[in-house]
This record gives sequence, C-alpha cells and structure tokens, in this order.
Amino acid sequence: MMPVNFHKEVDYVARLARLTLEPAEKERMAGQLSDILQTACRIQELDTTGIEPTSHVLDLPVALRDDVNRPSLSLDRVLQNAPRQEKNYIRVPRITGSGHNDQ
Amino acid sequence: MELFENTAVELSRLLRTKEVSAVDVVRSFLERIELLDPHLKAFIIRTPDMAFNTAKEVDNRRIRGEEMHPLAGVPVAIKDNISTLDLPTTCASRILENYIPPYDATVIAALKNVGMPFLGKTNMDEFAMGSSTENSAFFPTCNPWDLSRVPGGSSGGSAAAVSAAMAPLALGSDTGGSIRQPASFCGVTGLRPTYGRVSRYGLVAFASSLDQVGTITLTALDSALLLSLIAGYDPLDSTSLPGSEFDYTDDLEPDIKNLRVGLIKQHLSADFDQEVTDAVLKAASILEEYGAEVQEVSLPLTDYGLGAYYLIAPSEASSNLGRYDGVRYGYAVNGENIEDMFSRTRGEGFGPEVKRRIMIGTYALSAGYYDAYYLQAMKVRTLIRNDYKALFNDFDILLGAASPTPAFKIGEKTDDPLQMYLSDICNITDSLAGLPSLAVLSGIHSSGLPMGMQLTASPMQEIMLLKTANFFEKSRDFSPLRPVLEFSEGG
Amino acid sequence: MKYEVVIGLEIHLELLTRSKLFCGCSTAFGLGPNTNCCPVCLGLPGSLPVFNRKAIELAVTAALALKSEVQINSRFDRKNYFYPDLPKAYQVSQYDQPLARGGCLEIELDKSRRKVSLERIHLEEEAGKLVHAGESIIGANYSLVDYNRAGIPLLEIVTAPNLYSGHEARLFLEELHSVLLYCSVSDCKMEEGSLRCDANISLRPAGSPTLGTRTEVKNMNSFRSVEMALEFEAKRQESILTAGGSIIQETFHWDEEKKHTFPLRSKEESSDYRYFPEPDLLPLVLESSYVEKLAERLPMLPQEHRLKLLDQYQLKVKEAVLLTRNRELGDFFETAAVSYSDYRNLINWVQGDLLYQLRESGRDLKKIDPRLFAELLIMVDDGKISRPVAKELLAEMVQTGADPGEMVENRHLGLISSRESLMPVIEQVILGNPDAVDNYRQGKKKALAFLVGKVMAVTGGRADPAELNRLLKEKLK
Repeated sequence: MMPVNFHKEVDYVARLARLTLEPAEKERMAGQLSDILQTACRIQELDTTGIEPTSHVLDLPVALRDDVNRPSLSLDRVLQNAPRQEKNYIRVPRITGSGHNDQ
Repeated sequence: MELFENTAVELSRLLRTKEVSAVDVVRSFLERIELLDPHLKAFIIRTPDMAFNTAKEVDNRRIRGEEMHPLAGVPVAIKDNISTLDLPTTCASRILENYIPPYDATVIAALKNVGMPFLGKTNMDEFAMGSSTENSAFFPTCNPWDLSRVPGGSSGGSAAAVSAAMAPLALGSDTGGSIRQPASFCGVTGLRPTYGRVSRYGLVAFASSLDQVGTITLTALDSALLLSLIAGYDPLDSTSLPGSEFDYTDDLEPDIKNLRVGLIKQHLSADFDQEVTDAVLKAASILEEYGAEVQEVSLPLTDYGLGAYYLIAPSEASSNLGRYDGVRYGYAVNGENIEDMFSRTRGEGFGPEVKRRIMIGTYALSAGYYDAYYLQAMKVRTLIRNDYKALFNDFDILLGAASPTPAFKIGEKTDDPLQMYLSDICNITDSLAGLPSLAVLSGIHSSGLPMGMQLTASPMQEIMLLKTANFFEKSRDFSPLRPVLEFSEGG
Repeated sequence: MKYEVVIGLEIHLELLTRSKLFCGCSTAFGLGPNTNCCPVCLGLPGSLPVFNRKAIELAVTAALALKSEVQINSRFDRKNYFYPDLPKAYQVSQYDQPLARGGCLEIELDKSRRKVSLERIHLEEEAGKLVHAGESIIGANYSLVDYNRAGIPLLEIVTAPNLYSGHEARLFLEELHSVLLYCSVSDCKMEEGSLRCDANISLRPAGSPTLGTRTEVKNMNSFRSVEMALEFEAKRQESILTAGGSIIQETFHWDEEKKHTFPLRSKEESSDYRYFPEPDLLPLVLESSYVEKLAERLPMLPQEHRLKLLDQYQLKVKEAVLLTRNRELGDFFETAAVSYSDYRNLINWVQGDLLYQLRESGRDLKKIDPRLFAELLIMVDDGKISRPVAKELLAEMVQTGADPGEMVENRHLGLISSRESLMPVIEQVILGNPDAVDNYRQGKKKALAFLVGKVMAVTGGRADPAELNRLLKEKLK
C-alpha cells in the first residue's frame, strides 16, 4: 500500500475545513494524520465488491411529520448567543475580499 | 453509611418510604462534590441551586401525596454535550464556552419531568473526541482510583463522578466507546443502548450515525431504572426507534442457564493486559458454571473496524462541526472578511484533537478520496454488521474486554493519537453495528485499578445485557468495588 | 463561424408548506428578521431534522406534472460549504439518489412545439437571507443575516442543456411557472424569490455535438431578465470566441440596472462540497400506491387546459397560452363563457379592453365579476348600450366591481336609437360641419365616419351606430 503523505494535502484540507493552523501545528498535524490515515486505509485491503455501504444502521424509512406549525423561539432567544448583532439581524464581516477568493 | 454511598435503587427506596428527603440526598451529594471535585475535576459546572430547587419541589409533591416516579429526587450528573436550557453546554470546548442553549434535550426534559435534581455538567473530551478526558479545553479529570491516571473518555467526568460517589447516576454519550471505556477505567457500569433506542435530540452531534446517549451507574439495576426513563421513540429524532414505555427493571433476575455466550477471541489478544483477559475468562467460567454455553467466537474485522471508525466518525464530525463558525453562537474572532473570521474562529476555538478529526474527515470526504476512504469504510461497516448478524444467529450475548488495559497515566498517550485510538479497540465494532453494549467491573488489577468487561447483544436486547450484568454483580468475589478516597474537609 | 447557444437551467422553487422542511417554524414571507427560527433551523448544537410530509407530497406532485420518474427509493445528502446564511454549514439536499429522474416540458415556439428534457428533480432546504450593508455584496463592509427563510423546503429542477436561446429559456420558465401554479406546489413569485433560476450557458460551432465551456449566470429576478441576461451572455461569449479567445468557466451575476452580466468571484470557486449521506435522515421510501394516488389527484395542467380552450372555445394558440399563463384570466374567461357564448367576441374583449383597463388602473381581477362582464357584452350585443359606453362601464367595473345593468339604468346610459332623438343631433352636426358634408357629397366616404364621430361625441357615445349611419346617409342624400 502507498504510504500516505498528508504534508502536501494539509493546506488544501485546512482551507476546505476553514481552520487556521499555525505553521508548527500544521507540520505536527501532517505527520500525525499521515500515520492515522496509514492505519485507517488498511481497510482498502478488504474486498468489498458487491457490498452495499451502510450509512444508517437502522433498516427503516425516514420518519415524517405533519405540516403543522409549532412556536418558534422568541427573538431574544434566537439572538441570545449571537456574538454580533444589529437591528435584530446577526452581523457578519464582509463576504468578499478574502485573499483566497479574489483571483 | 452515608447517603452518597447508596445506589440509585436504594436512594429511590429511601425517598419513597420517606426515610430521607430529596433535599437530604442532594445535600449529601453536593457536599461530597465540594469535598472531592477540587481534586477530581469531574464537573465543568455545578448546579447546586437548581438541584435544591428540584429537590424541594419533589419533597413538597411527595408530602402532598402525589404519585412519583421512582427516580424523583434521585440526583443525576449530565455530560456537558447534552443540551440544557439556560445552563451552559460547552462540550468542553472553548468554542462553546459561553454558549447557553435555549432548549432542553429530549432526555433532559425526561429527567426534569420526573423531578431528578441536576448536580452539574460533567467534563469530557472536547466534543466527545477522545479516550481520556484530557482533550477537555478546560482541565483533565482524574481517575478516582488513582489520581495520576485518566478516567477514560470521552465521558470521563460522568464515570469519575459516579465512581467517586459524587453522583449516583450520570448520563453519558457513546460514539465509539465513550461510555464503556471510561466506565471500565472507573469501575462502574456503563450502558450504550441500541442506536435509536434513546433520543439524540439535544445531544451535541459528534458522529450522528454512531452517537447514542447512555447511562453510567453503579449497578445494572440502576442502569435499568435510568434507561427505562430515557428510552423510547422521540418525534424530534427521526432516527429514533419505534416503541415507548419501556420497563427494564421488570424482570432482571439472572437467567443464565442455557444462555449462549460468544467469547470474543480478538479480546483475548496477547496485546491486551493479561489480567484484563484473565478477568474476562474468569467471567466466562462463572457463566459456564451456572449453566451458560460459552464458546469462543471471532470478530475478524476488529482491527479494520478501528480504521473504518476513524474514517466514518471524523467524516461526520467534519460536517457536524461546520456550524461552529462564530456567527450564531459560540466563540468568535473578528476577521477582515467572512472566510478569515470563520478560519480564525475555528482555528482558535477548537483544540488539537478536534482539529485533527475535522482534517481527517474533510480529507476523507473530499473529491477524489471519497470512494477509497469514506465509501470503503461504510462498506466495511456492512461487513462488520454482517458478522454480528451471523453471530447472533447462534449466540445471545457476546463477551469480551471493555478496554485492553486498565486506566493509563495522565499524559501517557497525549502525544500519540493513534495509541489513544487503540484504547477503544474493544468498543468500536459494536458501535459501528449500532448494537447495545455494556461495560461492567470484572475485577481489580494487581495495580489496584478496576478492570472492565464488555457485553454486547443484538439490537434492542438491552434487557439481556442488564440481566447478565446483574448476575455478575451478584457473583463478584473481589474487592474493593469502589475507590477508597480520603480527603480532609476543605481539600 | 456561426455559433449555437446551449442553455441548461437550474430552477429552485419554495414549496407551499405551512411549516419548514425540518421544523414547525412558519414559512410566512415578510416578517421581522429572525422571528421564524427555532433550534432546528438555526442549526443549534444537538438539534435534529424531522421531515415534513407535505413537502414530499408537493415535490412528488410537481415531478408527476413534469413527467419525471418518481423514484421509490431516494436519499438525502449533506452538501458541505461555509456561508453565513447556511446555519449548519451544510445544506440537506439529494445528490446521487434524487426524488425523480428525467421528465420533460413542452414549450410553444412561434410555429412549433418542442419538448425540453429535464435531468432530475430533488428536494433540499433553503438558506437564510443576507442583507448587505452597502449597495451590493461587492462593496459592503459587512452583512446582516436573517434566518427566517432558512429551512424552507426547496424543489430543484434541472433541465438538460437543450434550450437554444434566451428567448427559449424564458418560454420554458413561463411554461414551468404555469405548470407549478396549476398544481399549487409553489406560489412561484420571482420577485419574492420563491422561484429562482440559474443558468448554464455555452456556445459551440453550429452543428458541433460537443458542448463548449460554460459560464453560470445568476441573479436573474424576472422572466424578462432571464431572457435579457442570457442574450447578453451569449453575445459576450460570441465576441470572445469570434476574437479567437476562450471562455473561462466562472459565475456571472446579472445586473438588472445596468443590463449586463459581471463576474462574481466571492464564493468558493473550486467547490468541493464533500457530499455524503445525511446520517440524521433515513432514506425516503415511497409506496407506489402513494405515488399513484397523487398521480390520480393531479389537476388539469396548462397543456391539457390549452387543448381544451382551443377545442371548446375555438381560440387561437396565442390566446390559449395567454389564458393559461395567467390563470386568473383563464378562470375569468371560462366563467364568463358559461353565460356568454360568442367566444370570439369574448376573447377579443378579454385580451383587448379588459387587459387594457387592468393595466391602466393597476388593478387585478379581484373586483370584477366575470358574470357581470358577460352581461355587459350581452347588453352591447342586444343594442342596449354602445361600445364606447361599454368601455367606460368596464373601466368602472374593474375598479369597483359595479353592476353594469344597474349603472345603465341609474344613469340612463341606454342606446339612443329613435329617429326623433337622433335627428336633431344629426341636423345640428350637418350644419356645424359644412366641409365634411361637402366632402361626403363629393364621394369621400371617410367624411361619413367623421360625422358619425361628431354625433357620438355629442351623445356621449350612446347613439345606436346602425341607426345613426342609416339616418345620416338619408339626411345627406
């Protein structure tokens, strides 16, 4: 089996996961993740031809609910944990202008 | 005998016969917590006012002669990844340090409904990711049997609290061993119910297809009592199983004769601590002595199960933990734009293990890798389920170790995540298969630490686990059954 | 080189449920920010989705109406990406096992019809709404989030790339809009965002079998803007290709004010959505009897309705299309047609004077009663009132819903057709317009119409035209 080298993936994956990693942290993590994936990908040894994947252990169809309204949370409750708010909205920094995105 | 030394069943009796009041019971446990918790650090927050208020109300209702649930007035500790209205629910993460949920989990509503006083929220590995409770962003918890050792994890706070008699009962959660491994490290009884038997609504998700709320108690009877309260279909959790009104306490008399027991070969591995495997073998021989048919069985995919688990659980986690972005709740860092804010909030808010798992999961799901990692892991999951299905055609219950070793030292495995993961090797395959599984004290190691064994049954056969564990508890001939803790007043 | 435009559309519509897809919060439009939210639609830690039965019913109904093959087994997946309007950082959607596959919709081109094929139809959840502080997303210093829309059930309909102009795209959307309104699955209001359309557009040398590099066009807020934006984008691509350049795969926004498309580079360009089966929702399994029942309950659809209109009322295709595009107008016509059988005259009035009056007054069809409208036409036909009077009455009916019979009675608006009433007016007009009289007598027939008009003006349009003509000719002999 191919040895897993996470070092070349770490930047791409960290960006996809929206995680800022310090350089030392990145280095350490790349090493650890290479080891973990090396072990995990031993599952590729197993022949799974014709085997259906299990995404749920329950062999039941989805449960449905009736289209009935239930009380929403009060506005205070909705906003009680929001770090930044304005006029009953939740405030976020500007959407554009990130270094990664502006090509 | 102090009140805090009692099992929940005994406390329930004392309360019902009005020999003690709920306030007395709560006071006894709160004093115990005050004495011990500065050393053990099992609780992230304590809730004495709330506990006393509930206890007073229960006492008043009892005086008025109202019909009460057996658990009314019996205190409980709650793992801090279960949502509690107006009480912090941090998941032991910096990212949720200041989060106050505006709602109760379904299991919490059930406990409140019958008047169980809440002693506090217990420490855990951050977002339930870990096997030692050292991944708590706040502080590690100590094993009551040996303060230099970990209580296991991720439900280490709950296991330590019950073990040290700071709570008679606790709720935990188990994704890949997070109830059973700490229960075995702390010498208590930990039950992971069948996936879907207990509502997950309000349990902060780690890996949704594996997470299950369960119980950590002193005895199987106590587990039966608490499970009866929290089990059942929940219209708010569409992955919960049909059926309600369970009473697992109804008939727990041991029924060992002709019980078909499969002894898991992989749990008798030479890599395991010899005394741990000896204790399992001894348990098997006791069962045989009482008429059970014991036969060695193989779960050949045990090692692969670990690999599958460490792809599936992080994959789901990477998605479940996307919501911690600093917008609606939780820790938030200002950023010059939205992506900067997201990345810095998450980079600073999550601890190293959580970040590792998010990274693995993101990678395993990303374009080009999905088939080789995530999809293959889900197929291995099918193979594992098939193995169990075949075994349960011939066996009623499977017996093995709850962990390869007794509790390890604090700091021993923190630098080697892979070694830490191996600590859950016994607990993972039944999690992947969604089976009910229970850890119970199997003996005392020569080091003086408790050891655990694990029982696994087919779906919805919790009663089988509880009966067998109850039988064991009665037949145990070793001691001590609880840690000896000596601290002077005021620590 | 001559290029062929190839367009595929992705249409999102909000389904008409009372509650959201996964929770009991209301779907009502236009309430204060963040007032329709709960732990589930806010994605609070520990919350779980429970699927709304009605959303499935509406989705299956739409799929059946679009002849899409409803799948007995389908599955929900998570589409993972970070955006502040997406509370869980994933959207529950359907990836490789959609609710329905295939399907088609016929559009009426100028002289022919064409079947536009669909690729798939699936269910997903709506995101919240961002309000940008500043003119647009580009210049804004910060944004505000409202989660009221988050979690409303959305149906996504994806067409095959087989629309060949902006105009066709518009026709397709208009037809789709009618179908969806006919089966009451969505209110389809583009201006409120309950119907949205994104397009993929590419050019290829005419006759080439392979598709060119496509761009995506978003933010088109009306049928008209879809047509304009795609015509614009086709021209833009053509000028690049003609100049020997190549198209870059990117996303454009349509600017309604400036009438052009501009590239939007803010969202993650290289999307890696990490789809995987949603562990919180078990697979959707539909009983075939359930699907059959919904198929039986399917209402008449625009196409069938048009055939009925063509057949029963001998309308022209364009007229039938008008009546099915505008469902209220169609209903109005058919109700009026119950008591008025000159359908040709009826449709002429409906598409002429009635629509004119509605446009002029800015009213809809709520006030005017189609049965009274029919009465109005009968009064004209019976010679009780003149056309000009009828038009005036119609203007009032549209505004107030007044009864034309009562108005004619109360205001003495009946037709003047008696010799003794008309003759004095005619004589007066002849005296007052000697030039016209001369012209007529010299053989200029047009002069007669001029004099008729004068009489009409004096009588307030009430003169019986036939009688007036006869008397006027007699007098001028």
